[in-house]
Amino acid sequence: MINQRPAEPASQVPLRSRRRFLKEMAGAAGGACLLSLGAGMIAAEAAARPATTLRPPGALAEADFLAACVRCGLCVRDCPYDTLRLAELGDNVATGTPYFEARAVPCEMCEDVPCVAACPTGALDHDLTDIAKARMGLAVLIDHETCLNFLGLRCDVCYRVCPLIDHAITLELVHNPRSDRHAMMLPTVHSDACTGCGKCEHACVLPEAAIRVLPHRLAQGKAAEHYRKGWEEKERAGGSLIGEQTQLPMRGLEDRSYGDTRIAPEQRPGLPGGGLDSGWKP
Amino acid sequence: MSGAGGSEGSLHSRHSAIARPGQEAVAVKGWLRAHKWLLLRRVSQVSILALFLAGPWLGVWIVKGNLSSSLTLDVLPLTDPYLLLQSLAAGHPPFREALWGAGIVAACYLVVGGRVYCSWVCPMNIVTDGAAWLRRRLGLKGGKAPSAHTRYWLLAFTVAAAALTGSLAWEWVNPVSMLQRALIFGFGLSWGIVLAVFLYDLLIASRGWCGHVCPMGAFYGLLGMRSLLRVSAARRDACNDCMDCFAVCPEPQVIRPALKGAGQAHPVILDRHCTNCGRCIDVCSQDVFRLTTRIDRSES
Repeated sequence: MINQRPAEPASQVPLRSRRRFLKEMAGAAGGACLLSLGAGMIAAEAAARPATTLRPPGALAEADFLAACVRCGLCVRDCPYDTLRLAELGDNVATGTPYFEARAVPCEMCEDVPCVAACPTGALDHDLTDIAKARMGLAVLIDHETCLNFLGLRCDVCYRVCPLIDHAITLELVHNPRSDRHAMMLPTVHSDACTGCGKCEHACVLPEAAIRVLPHRLAQGKAAEHYRKGWEEKERAGGSLIGEQTQLPMRGLEDRSYGDTRIAPEQRPGLPGGGLDSGWKP
Repeated sequence: MSGAGGSEGSLHSRHSAIARPGQEAVAVKGWLRAHKWLLLRRVSQVSILALFLAGPWLGVWIVKGNLSSSLTLDVLPLTDPYLLLQSLAAGHPPFREALWGAGIVAACYLVVGGRVYCSWVCPMNIVTDGAAWLRRRLGLKGGKAPSAHTRYWLLAFTVAAAALTGSLAWEWVNPVSMLQRALIFGFGLSWGIVLAVFLYDLLIASRGWCGHVCPMGAFYGLLGMRSLLRVSAARRDACNDCMDCFAVCPEPQVIRPALKGAGQAHPVILDRHCTNCGRCIDVCSQDVFRLTTRIDRSES
């Protein structure tokens, strides 16, 4: 290339080559910078994974997890139930990182936590040895309108399949105002016990699950730190902090037991009388 | 440096004219001997993948995981040191198994040559070798290869990106780890990125990805720059200037100093970008090259 040009003073040759070198370097550095900047932007953009995708047990907080996971798939291989998958390009989860979708295949909460044991980098925290302490997400009974138990039926499936039955999910007894004589057994998730395994979401009998496991950031509210619950303060103090309160009678309901606020059910023909003395028999 | 670049360019135009290098070697040595190292490499690349796939496909669990990190026979941990470097830059102190694994891998490549990863292990090598082969056959010229230094810049920037974003940013798009993972765990849309690399090497830049851009290759090149195992042009007196070795070499600039004594007296290829692929040994009808150590500087 140099030979084809007319002869030039020898002193200019190093200058030329230096210029060429600098130009080449600038091109290489610029191109490389753009490429990695692009990669960084894609990474930042895609870091928000869909709420239905859950990380394996023991996964570090998402930002730390994305720094630690080398995308090797050892956790996937050691999962005996084929729950875990490695994200493929297009899955909307960081490519190559492990995840599962509870509605498809939930976590079976193996006692020996093989996925965590397999992780070579600690992206899955090896301090997690008790699977009941895993926090993959939090189950939420997200749709009261379709949940069969909320309609007064006894489905209870989410409660029955819960590996931490009566701890992570309980059935809370509530009066059924529609029939006025039954109870509703409302599945209630307790965040201090729920591991987010997703067995409830997987088992929900509805075509679309009414109970779903969500990431904690979506599922949980946070009480303001200055809030105090009066009844707790009362119990802690061993008595009311503001003196005993007088129970005032309710006008028109004097003959009712306390809390029965229904208006004269016995005076409405066609309706059975309400309350404990309604005379209703099953 | 730029002077060498100029003559490389003219060499390049000459060797790229060879559409079917190695024909003379086939005639002299027979097809099998003229493809020995190529076949061995393909066997190596395919059997490494097969070891990973024997578990999920046949239920024979020899190696678990993938090339990023694996566990062999439930005892031997292996981890890609380049990935570990990114993870460290992103601010995660890794668990001891990953450190052990990366140490073992690094130690191996320190001996056999870092870019042995590129030519003997990495599945992307089959893709870019295929592109180079087709490019030769179709007689495609032109295009524009970026500076061969691009890979070092990219290496630096990928580590910087990991530090800045606090995640393995490069691994979102890294075609190399994406391809091996896709082969072992499923493709998704990854084939698109692999196709892009193939087309880039075929149409835009000769040996563009592996020879100029790939930061992983740059990393392994640096890792094995003092490695023991080397190719030597020991019988360079017999060279008949057929240029076939230049035509097949993925890093043609590494041959000249050894073969033509340009800037060095001995015939050993010491350039860190030589991948020890042995293709030059295959295609040489005169048996000029052989695989040896960096200490062995004898001729003939």
